[in-house]
Amino acid sequence: MSTAIEASGLGKRYGRTWALRDCSLAIPAGHVVGLVGPNGAGKTTLLSLAVGLATPTTGEVRVAGGRLAGSAAALDAVAFVAQEAALYRTLPVADMLRIGRSLNRRWDDERARARLAELGIPPEKKVGALSGGQRSQVALTLALAKRPELLILDEPLAALDPMARHDFMAALMAAVAEDGVSVVFSSHVVAELERVCDYVVVMHGGRIQVCGDAEDLVAGHHVLTGPADRADAVAERFPVVRDRRAFAQAHLLIRSTDPVAVPPGWQRQPVGLEELVLAYLREPSASVLDGPRPVHGEQAACR
Amino acid sequence: MDVDKGGQSADRPPSPIEFRLDPGSGVPTYLQLVHQVEQALRLGHLQQGDQLPRVKDVVAGLAINPNTVLKAYRELEHRGLVAGRRGLGTFVESTLDRVGLREQAALQKSMLAWMRTASEAGLDEAGMSALFTAALHELRRSGAGRTDEDGGGRAGVVA
Repeated sequence: MSTAIEASGLGKRYGRTWALRDCSLAIPAGHVVGLVGPNGAGKTTLLSLAVGLATPTTGEVRVAGGRLAGSAAALDAVAFVAQEAALYRTLPVADMLRIGRSLNRRWDDERARARLAELGIPPEKKVGALSGGQRSQVALTLALAKRPELLILDEPLAALDPMARHDFMAALMAAVAEDGVSVVFSSHVVAELERVCDYVVVMHGGRIQVCGDAEDLVAGHHVLTGPADRADAVAERFPVVRDRRAFAQAHLLIRSTDPVAVPPGWQRQPVGLEELVLAYLREPSASVLDGPRPVHGEQAACR
Repeated sequence: MDVDKGGQSADRPPSPIEFRLDPGSGVPTYLQLVHQVEQALRLGHLQQGDQLPRVKDVVAGLAINPNTVLKAYRELEHRGLVAGRRGLGTFVESTLDRVGLREQAALQKSMLAWMRTASEAGLDEAGMSALFTAALHELRRSGAGRTDEDGGGRAGVVA
């Protein structure tokens, strides 16, 4: 199975601070992966390492089917859209295209121009004169012109208004449909995940907290609602992600991949991806790492 | 806005229907698409041979993961309603039995009359909905009802 990103024992230290630690994961290709976590969780560090903009302190990371991050082979296959769509503001859009064409071995200029025309962005306009939404679309156009196998985006939605956000995601998803490109993007917007992502990685404090197929994660979690005085007995039987109790009633968000035999007097409800991710974000000590094993390296993935 | 109902024009979308999403419904996205196709079949908006919206168009319109659309189309294929043709798209294979428009209107009218009676008796919307659901359950249990789930209420099929 081809992987989009696989890391083993990956760590990055800036001075005395570990921005990322003991990161081992293997994300299969062909997914739209949402990377979420609070500020300082290590999302940007992980993405920078995968793109090859930073070098690991420990371990290694491979991208787009096992190419060592930062290698020439990896640079050909991976495109990156940095935070706030970093572009040269004083240059016209056409010049950004020219730069892209001369810096990349793979470059589809015709397609890039067609996209811009479709979006109604005049090539002679300076990047700084575009709206935030247009700027992000130019950055996406440049990234897709590489015809990458893996597209990595750091907070692509952060600076966009709701309409631009929708348009950007629609353009991104259309690229996935047409080219089959794997996508990994970090975001604070947990609500967007459910519509867009089929694979989720949650980070906290420089470590991977949750990593897995969205459908499997949702199928593997349930909310059990029942009498509070019997909650302890139920909580002993399953790993509990979130425990909410009043004096009479308790809601336990539990993890169980087997079909749960609901204890008498209790009710089981399904849980949505957004609720699930939020519960993990609020409970940094809980984790679920059941992804596949990496092809390279001896560390087990996602334990 | 001009709506061209004439012959096939080059930029006319290939499908007679378009999807919308209700983010607050709690129904998984792929199921919403499945239900909308079934609904369109029932109402006659989709007929045999019609094309479903192309994956690329759905994705570009709703900003959802293409795998979600593919999953919905696979489910519809599994239910025997549509079939994919490689390189062309997904097309309607068979229609759901649908009740004629006139009969539908008559049924809605009698239901409305029932609702007025219920309202006069002091029942609110939630109460009516609960009664309707309970009656539906009873119908299903008695074996007379038709269901569309899992290829259709085996217990209730009368040969």
